Amino acid sequence: MKINRITAAERVQLARNPQRPTTRDYISNIFDDFLKLSGDRCYGDDKSIIGGIASFHGCPVTVIGHQKGRSLEENIEYRFGMPNPEGYRKSRRLMEQAEKFGRPVITFVDTPGAYPGMEAEERGQGEAIARSIEVMSRLKVPTIAVFIGEGGSGGALALAVADKSIMLENSIFSILSPEGFASILWKDAGRWKEAAQVMKLTAEDLKELGICDVVIPETTAGAHAAEEYIFDAVDRAVLGALRPLMEESGRELAKNRYKKLRNVGKINGRN
Amino acid sequence: MNPLIENKKIIQKMKAILRGGMAAEVRAEGSAKARLAETVDRGTFREFSRTLVGGDPLGFPGYKEKLEGTRHKTHLREAVVTGTGRIGGIKTVICVMDKSFMMASMGMAVGEKITRACEYATKKRLPLIIFAASGGARMQEGILALFQMAKTSAAIALHDEAGLLYISVLTDPTTGGVTASFASLGDIIIAEPGALIGFAGPRVIEQTINQELPDGFQRAEFQEEHGFVDMIVERKDMRDSLATILRLHEKGQRK
Repeated sequence: MKINRITAAERVQLARNPQRPTTRDYISNIFDDFLKLSGDRCYGDDKSIIGGIASFHGCPVTVIGHQKGRSLEENIEYRFGMPNPEGYRKSRRLMEQAEKFGRPVITFVDTPGAYPGMEAEERGQGEAIARSIEVMSRLKVPTIAVFIGEGGSGGALALAVADKSIMLENSIFSILSPEGFASILWKDAGRWKEAAQVMKLTAEDLKELGICDVVIPETTAGAHAAEEYIFDAVDRAVLGALRPLMEESGRELAKNRYKKLRNVGKINGRN
Repeated sequence: MNPLIENKKIIQKMKAILRGGMAAEVRAEGSAKARLAETVDRGTFREFSRTLVGGDPLGFPGYKEKLEGTRHKTHLREAVVTGTGRIGGIKTVICVMDKSFMMASMGMAVGEKITRACEYATKKRLPLIIFAASGGARMQEGILALFQMAKTSAAIALHDEAGLLYISVLTDPTTGGVTASFASLGDIIIAEPGALIGFAGPRVIEQTINQELPDGFQRAEFQEEHGFVDMIVERKDMRDSLATILRLHEKGQRK
């Protein structure tokens, strides 16, 4: 299937479409025996990040993802997929647990960003994200990030420092929402479509920049219009990415991941 | 604004220019140069990557001109100065962010310089001190600015795994992507009194919760109370505090 020719702003709208499959839909359709694990062991359990262990083609894995709701009620409970620090601390705990038991980590990225609330700040949103990024960068097990919808800012990056990044054609990954970007740089959030155009936030743009490794094409109407197809495509892409990684030692994985981070937007210059 | 105070400021600036033959900006309190001068033993600082600059990955309208203007005004190439120096006689790698350069926002050059400095510290088994100050990731460089969070944190992780000391000093303001990466990863985290420290900006939070934030929210004292900084140290005492911490980590490390 080919990549559709639509504007970046149209992709932003598709990425946010509330009908799109969410993390738990991918989990129930791609993995077997999913066992949800809860809590950060510090303060609470954040429902906007779902995580646990499961079987992927017979291999035990740890699965973690941002969770958006379907109904308004759910979305209030999940804060529209915007995690509090507890979410990132749970995710970090599950990643460290995965490393202990030698399980690959597969993440699903789908968030407008970390929640900008008072309590989030009181409980160290910055520290929680920083630790999550740091831990993910040095894990000695394979890591794969699948971008299924929105990927906003540090709140997305906290689950996305991976060996391989797979993006659905209409998923996005950006420094900030296009509205936030337009509001900061042009003092006009209304110019978000223009912002989307210049931000290089589409899967294709990010592949060119070396941030995305694999783009999964969607049907013209988007992932939600052909769910069976998209679950199957994601399943195959994850399997394809995971196989070669399973051959590498923990040290090699961490070393290659570091090298990959070093090469994104590489700057040449004397030290 | 009090005109008398303003006049005083101008006179002070002029005096500074006459005294050192340097631009007033360079001597301003927030500048990296001033910070280095008062922190590092005289004559020991050796700068890294002085000419390193980033790119314009989005081809963002007006960004190149803005960079040029800022370079001209600040006499800096980018928003962080990195290098080695001695503090109380102990050799360390030191990075100082300079908020006079586009609010010390982190783009490719800032991330690369901090990463290189950290890698040097790991290789030479030196402690690392970073004076953070930042408005966050630099919007004009888009996703590649965001990725500096991952790169710098990964470099810190390697320094950490090597069993080396990293002191993070949070100065006013430390926010956004810098708070959510290397600035929060110190073995020891020091904050300056009153410094604004947080992830989301106060205005964004106010819009979310639809109410005004209480006084002192996200200030250094608030962060200390909530357990996110080890200590608050006044600027005048910073050098001595750093020297003490370095000294306490110099000996007794098990081989």
